Amino acid sequence: MSLLRHIEPLLALVLAVIWISPLVFAFWAAFHTSTDAVNFNLLAPWTLENFRTAWEGAPWLRYFLNSFLLVSSVLIGQFILCTLAGFAFAQVEFRGKDIVFVLVLLQLFILPEVLIVENYRIAVQLGLIDSILGIGAPYMASAFGIFLMRQAFKSVPRELDEMARVEGCSLLGVLWRVYVPAARPTYLAYALVSVSTHWNNFLWPLVVTNSDTTRPLTVGLSIFAAPENGVDISVISAATVMVIAPLLILFLIFQRQFVQAFLRAGIK
Amino acid sequence: MALLRRRRAIHGWLLLTPALVMLTTFAFYPSVATIWTSLWSRGTRRNPSEFVGTGNYQRIFDDPTFWTVAWNNILYAAVTIPVSIGLALVMALWANARIPARSFVRTAYFTPTMLPMIAAANLWLFFFTPGFGVLDQIGALFGAPSVNWLGQPETALWAVCIVTIWKEAGFFMIFYLAALQTIPPDLEEAADIEGASRWTYTRRVVLPLLMPTTLFILVNAMINSVKLIDHLFILTKGGPNDASKLMLYYIWENAFAFFDAPAAAAMTVLVLAVLGALAAFQFFVIDRRTHYR
Repeated sequence: MSLLRHIEPLLALVLAVIWISPLVFAFWAAFHTSTDAVNFNLLAPWTLENFRTAWEGAPWLRYFLNSFLLVSSVLIGQFILCTLAGFAFAQVEFRGKDIVFVLVLLQLFILPEVLIVENYRIAVQLGLIDSILGIGAPYMASAFGIFLMRQAFKSVPRELDEMARVEGCSLLGVLWRVYVPAARPTYLAYALVSVSTHWNNFLWPLVVTNSDTTRPLTVGLSIFAAPENGVDISVISAATVMVIAPLLILFLIFQRQFVQAFLRAGIK
Repeated sequence: MALLRRRRAIHGWLLLTPALVMLTTFAFYPSVATIWTSLWSRGTRRNPSEFVGTGNYQRIFDDPTFWTVAWNNILYAAVTIPVSIGLALVMALWANARIPARSFVRTAYFTPTMLPMIAAANLWLFFFTPGFGVLDQIGALFGAPSVNWLGQPETALWAVCIVTIWKEAGFFMIFYLAALQTIPPDLEEAADIEGASRWTYTRRVVLPLLMPTTLFILVNAMINSVKLIDHLFILTKGGPNDASKLMLYYIWENAFAFFDAPAAAAMTVLVLAVLGALAAFQFFVIDRRTHYR
């Protein structure tokens, strides 16, 4: 038993090294020529050549911009829609509320990814094909977000609400002055989860975009790294490192907040 | 009073309207429309589409690829769900224990969660490539022959599973970690005083307390076994010989590569039925037990 006690920390460390190794290898390969990379020539000179080749191989700046516009528009849409709906579910009493709430929760299971066939048809009808808005629209009214905001608003003390009303605030005024500021940590958590989800999303953006002017990073990377294009492994690694770098750096800096965000989002 | 109630109802519905419009457009209406589409034949320029009832379902049930894909997806779920949950639990127990380099360990476990599936697939490509891939080179040290992990039917699905597990385990770990931190430390002290071994304490005290978390993770893992297919686009494209093809990928292929929307719709309906059963399980079994209102 005490032997196990000594071995366990070692095992934990070994697993951690295994877990991080794909990332470390890719990082290392990105800075070396592909022959040095595949031969694990540890003393090989470092080079930025792969990044230059990768950078010139696709309109990355455009992809970065598209991904940035995508996550921002999704986030703004989600904040507005989920705030209003979450507030209605949390603090306004009216008949039929519970049934609608269950309907909304159903969307947690009817994933937008699964509905690609019909959603594509709808995007065509609404003229949303090959537009950033088209990528983001199906995710804006998120059941998950509505649920999250409802829980956050429910925990706001009623006295604050009544005080504001006595002072003559309208319903939207109360929402804006009392509830939204009180739910600030939840907004932060939701923002982190939403941004990382949509920065990483792939299938629906693949379906709905068909030009470089709208493609987000993930779709751009998949085209760039497709095996039939025959790009070498070091260049693919460089492109991959480039794509994941912004979110990864952000994550390493704000690690605590990210982890808290996922927790808050999952548990409440 | 009645006036006030009416005003409240109007306010409530007004607040809900934007979200309900979007949900109807991109979730409820398409779900119903999928069922409708699945009942009509595929229209061509010469033959306009006509009502065929369950014809499309008959067609996919007669398609051997459909059964291969369904079986693959069941295997994929049966492997990735228990393994990633089990690993997540072990990771959480370790990341919660007093071990050296704990913050490194936690970060290492969690980092894959932050990567896009496409990027994860690229990273693993480097491991799986025959000849000079990392796995082959490690194998070569022990005299093992070169294996084309992604190129042969026996191993392709396993390679796909490994990437999914790598991506998921650290995410689930976080939820276990949170649950572990809510267990009061006096429980462990009490177990110590009683002379219970750490294994007994873990099995009899910790695991039962983690049950609600496990159920929550289980539902998420089940949804993911339908949803996580992005890496197929990089690693195998479902091949070789459909050996690693999963349902959502096959739906995508039918709709956007074979232009057979009715078949894709029929398969989508089946997937929705499975997800619906999962939702019922969540609402009627799990929520009954864990009250989090």
